Amino acid sequence: MPATRRHRPSRPQETALSSIATILPLAADESGFHTPTIADFFPAPFLFEGTIFEFNRMQLVRVIATVALVVVMVIAARKAKLVPSRGQNVVELLLDFVRVNVAEDIIGKEKAHKYVALLTTIFFAILAFNITGIIPGLNIAGSALIGLPVMLALWVYVMYLGAGVRAHGLGGFLKASLFPPGVPPFLYVLLTPVEFLTVFILRPVTLAVRLMANMVAGHLMLVLCFAATDFFVRSMSGMSVFAVPSLLGGFAITLFEVFVAALQAYIFVVLAAVYISQSISDEH
Amino acid sequence: MSGAAVSAAVVTAAGEEVEGIQLLLPASYDLLWSSIVLVVIAVAFYKYVLPKFQAVLDERTSKIEGGLALAETAQAEAAAQLAEYQQLLADARSEAARIREDARAEGGQILAESRARAQEEAARIAETAQRQIDAERQQAAVSLRADVGTLATQLASKIVGESLEDEARRSRVVDRFLDDLEASTTTSAGKGN
Repeated sequence: MPATRRHRPSRPQETALSSIATILPLAADESGFHTPTIADFFPAPFLFEGTIFEFNRMQLVRVIATVALVVVMVIAARKAKLVPSRGQNVVELLLDFVRVNVAEDIIGKEKAHKYVALLTTIFFAILAFNITGIIPGLNIAGSALIGLPVMLALWVYVMYLGAGVRAHGLGGFLKASLFPPGVPPFLYVLLTPVEFLTVFILRPVTLAVRLMANMVAGHLMLVLCFAATDFFVRSMSGMSVFAVPSLLGGFAITLFEVFVAALQAYIFVVLAAVYISQSISDEH
Repeated sequence: MSGAAVSAAVVTAAGEEVEGIQLLLPASYDLLWSSIVLVVIAVAFYKYVLPKFQAVLDERTSKIEGGLALAETAQAEAAAQLAEYQQLLADARSEAARIREDARAEGGQILAESRARAQEEAARIAETAQRQIDAERQQAAVSLRADVGTLATQLASKIVGESLEDEARRSRVVDRFLDDLEASTTTSAGKGN
């Protein structure tokens, strides 16, 4: 879809507030309650507007996360020694976690080594893009906009299809995927379309949507809590006391988002490993 | 403030309308930038970060394995040495026991030998003494016989005068006398017993 379609350059600010008013009439006064909406994920571009290179706040967050991740990892790798330092231990812990607890546990020790690099890279990338959601100043997950999850899911999609074709040949892979053995033939009428949907459509789509939706939801919860805190404090009335629970809630959700960021990265690579494992396994 | 305009769509600060479905449909610029950042990360990881860590990991594994092998060798060596020492100690103990046993046997033998030699010596000395005594007695008897003969002859000559000058007769008389004397001595001695 063309990037420019959504932009209507000169709509006045008041319209935005009025539209919020219809959703949250209670909060809709001029003291400025920032209602969290999905519009947060489509900020105004500030570079190359209208081209395919359109660059907005989301892209900036992603670039910052990328640079940070690459710089940290390259420095860690450059300083990697036989006897690890404290920082190297942390990095190696994560690398080991992906290699042993994800790749080797799911794919199997002898076949896993071909996919360790893929799973590790994806894990670290997702972790970096997720964690920006709670970093002050960035405040939005790089993976909360569907493009990044889609590209990650496509990457996994290509890898697990490729792995299956390489392991069984094209015909063998299709047969193993669409006509699972050990099933009465008449059931293939039912089973084959379901398997086709699962392997070729649902897996990548669910990978992408799960990641995106988790990050969107986390961002909305955070914004709700902190916007409410801000609103209550500025109301300068009896309602100001509610700033305390909403602030505590925001704090709790921030911690929860750290957990979710790691959890979603983990889920993504675990599923990627499972899909690869199913593609290359000898029996379905 | 007209609240009529918005239903599902919301509006950004820049004034764009955002439909909910846009969360699921990626924009081309979104895909482009996503690809760029992922490619950057992938290149960094595949070309540098992961191989470097793998190399360090492999090196560490080989070092640890080398260390373990070394420790195993050292332990085996120590065990062998310990066994050797224990063998030596056992050997030394049995050697000592054997020597002690030998010494005891030898001592016993020496003792028995010297006892036998002493007994032999004692027997020899006793025999010699006995023989000497016999010889002396014999000698005493012979000399006594001669002396007694002479004395008796002298006495008898004095008593009977010149009658007994004849050598042959005198000798015969003395012998007879002595035989009688001896017989009477033996008889009295036999009676005395």
